[in-house]
Amino acid sequence: MSHARYPEWHAESAEALIAPIVANEPGPVLLCLQAVQAHFGYVPGDAVAMIAEACNVTRADVHGVFTFYGDLRDTAPPAVPVRLCAAEACQAVGGRELKAEWAKACGDDADLAALTGVDEPIFCLGNCALGPAALVDGELMGCADVARLKAAVTQAQSVGEGA
Amino acid sequence: MSIWFVPRDAAARSMGADAVASALAARGEKVIRNGSRGMLWMEPLVERADDRHGPRVGWSNVTAGQIDAGIPDEQSDNFIGAVEEVEYLAKQNRWIYERVGITDPVDPEDYLAHGGLTGLKNALAMSGSDVVQAVTDSGLRGRGGAGFPAGIKWRTVADQPPAPHAGESQNAPAHKYICVNADEGDSGTFADRMLMEGDPFCLLEGMTIAAHAVSADRGLVYLRSEYPDAIATLQSAIWIAREQGWLGDNILGSDLCFDVEIRVGAGSYVCGEETAMLESLEGRRGMVRAKPPLPAIKGLFGTPTVINNVLTIASVPSILARGAEAYAALGQNRSLGTQVFQLAGNIARGGIVETAFGISAKELIEDFGGGTRSGRPLRAVQIGGPLGAYLTPEKLDVAMEYEALIAAGGMIGHGGVVLFDDSVNMAEQARFAMDFCVEESCGKCTPCRIGAVRGLETIDKIRAGKDVEANTELLRDLCDLMTQGSLCAMGGLTPNPVLSALNEFPEDFASPVIVTG
Repeated sequence: MSHARYPEWHAESAEALIAPIVANEPGPVLLCLQAVQAHFGYVPGDAVAMIAEACNVTRADVHGVFTFYGDLRDTAPPAVPVRLCAAEACQAVGGRELKAEWAKACGDDADLAALTGVDEPIFCLGNCALGPAALVDGELMGCADVARLKAAVTQAQSVGEGA
Repeated sequence: MSIWFVPRDAAARSMGADAVASALAARGEKVIRNGSRGMLWMEPLVERADDRHGPRVGWSNVTAGQIDAGIPDEQSDNFIGAVEEVEYLAKQNRWIYERVGITDPVDPEDYLAHGGLTGLKNALAMSGSDVVQAVTDSGLRGRGGAGFPAGIKWRTVADQPPAPHAGESQNAPAHKYICVNADEGDSGTFADRMLMEGDPFCLLEGMTIAAHAVSADRGLVYLRSEYPDAIATLQSAIWIAREQGWLGDNILGSDLCFDVEIRVGAGSYVCGEETAMLESLEGRRGMVRAKPPLPAIKGLFGTPTVINNVLTIASVPSILARGAEAYAALGQNRSLGTQVFQLAGNIARGGIVETAFGISAKELIEDFGGGTRSGRPLRAVQIGGPLGAYLTPEKLDVAMEYEALIAAGGMIGHGGVVLFDDSVNMAEQARFAMDFCVEESCGKCTPCRIGAVRGLETIDKIRAGKDVEANTELLRDLCDLMTQGSLCAMGGLTPNPVLSALNEFPEDFASPVIVTG
C-alpha cells in the first residue's frame, strides 16, 4: 500500500530530524522516536540504532522506550486508521457491540480491512458523553455506528487521494 | 449584524460542528468558533448574539442541512432560547470554566474582556510567598484524584533552591519546573480537554502564577496524544501568549521570566501517575518511581517540581482574581471550592457541571443528567475513572467530595461520573478492570504486573463456573495483595472496580457463561 502522506524512510532526513532534539533536549529518546514516527508514519528498525547512537545510549534502551508506548509502531500505518474507544463510558452505550460489528464489517470486506487496519485498543478519547467514540484518520467521531464509520472512511480516503 | 457562535471543541466537531460553521459562513454570516458550553447532548449548540459580548440565544443539535435550508430562527424546533438561562447552566457555579463556551479560546482580547489576567496581575503585586499562602487559604486540593493540598506542595517547592539537571555540574544553570499533568486518561473524564480547548490562556495564566509563587522558570504540559485538538489549541495559545508578553521574559513588565512547552504523550495510561509522567518527560519508559524523594524536592531532571493537574492549575487564576476567602466559602468539610464534574456514559444530558463540592451524586445524575440515555433503569455508576468503584443506585445520596466518597467505598478521582443501564454485565466490567491493568501496568512492581494477569484469569474461571468458591476467595486475596502491595494507584486501586462489582452485583458472577476467545 502506498502512503502518499508519509515519505519513504530516508536516513539523512531522519538524522536531520533527530540532531536538534539531541542537541537541545535533556531527555531526547522519546522525543526522537515521536519525531521519526510523525515524519515517516512509523519507526523503522534502522531508526532505533540511529537514535541510540545519537543519544549515546544502548539500542536496548531505545528499544525499551519504543516498546513501552502504545502509540509507537514499527510498521507503516494503514491508509485510513480507524480506532474505536474501548473504555467504560463507551462500553456503557454499546462500545463492545460496535467493536464486534466493525470487526464483522472488516471481515466481510477485505478492502475495508486493508484500508483501515487493525482496530488496536484505545482507551478513552475524551468524548465520553457522546459515545461510542471513534477516531477515523485522526478525526474524532461521536455517537459512532458502522454506517457513519464507513462514510467517514470514504470521505477521508477521497481527501487523501485528492491531496 | 448578528454574530454566530459555533463551538470548535472536539466533542462539538465530532457531531458535525465544522460543517455547520462552513454552512453559516457560506451564507455570508459572521461566525466565531467558541469553546463548548459543556451541554454536550446539545452539540453542535449554535448561538447567536447581536454584538460580540451581548446576550445569546441558541439552537441545539444543529446540522449543516438545517442551515442550508434556512437561517434558524425563534420558530425552529430546536430553538432553546437564552442560553445562559438553560437550567443546566444557570444552576452551575463556574470558576475554572467561567469563560469556556463564551470566548474565542485563542483571542487574547476576548480573554482580557472576560476577566483574563486579573489573577496574574494580582499575584504579581504580591510576594511569591503570599501567593502560596493564598492558594493554601483557598483550600484548593489536587484535582487529579489524590487531593493533596496544592498550597502545601507549592510551599515545599518554594522552599527548595533551584537545581541544575541531574548529572550536570553544579555550575550548570539551575531550574525549577511547573509540570502540568494533562494526561487525562480516565474514561468518563474530559474536563482537562475542554478547558485546554475552550480557555487555554487560563491554564497558561495559572502556570505563570505558580511559577511566580515558587520561583520556577520552566513549564511543561504533558498532554496525551489522544487529544489532537487540545494539543493544537494549546500550542496556538502558547505562541499568542508569547507575542502578548504573557509568557517569556519580564512577564507583564515584572521580573518574572517563565515559558511553557507542550510534551505529547505516547499512548500510556500509567503516565498519568506523576512519577511515571516524570520518567516519560525525561524520555524513558513510563515506569513509576518509588517515593521519596518527592517530586517537589527532586522532580523533573532532579529539580524541584510542582506537578498539578490541569484543573488544579486552572483554578488558581480565579482564586487570585476573586479571593481565596470567596473560594474557600464554597464546598464543605475539607473539600472546598468548586469541582468540574463530568457526566458520561449512558446519560441523557452528558457534559460539564462545575459546582461547589458537596452536591449529591443523585442530584448530578438525575437533576443535571436526566438519567440514562437509553431510558432503561440505572444499574451502576462508576465515579472517579477506571480505578473507581461501581456504586449501586441506592448509594447515590453520597455527597460528591473527597472524604464522603471514600467513606462510601468510592473516590472522586478526576470527577468523572459514568452511568450504566440494566443491560450491563458487571462481571464483564470487573474483567475489563483487570484486563485494563494488564494492558497498562508499567511492570515495575510485582503485585500489579503479575496480579493483573492472574486476576483476569481467575475472573474468567469464576465466570466459567470453575471452583467458584475457591476462586472467588483467591480473587479477594489477590485484590487485597494488589491494594496493599502495589507501588502506585494503577495496581493499588484496580481492586476497587473489581471488588465493588463482586460485592454489589454477585448475581452477575453466579451464572456460568461460555468464555470464548
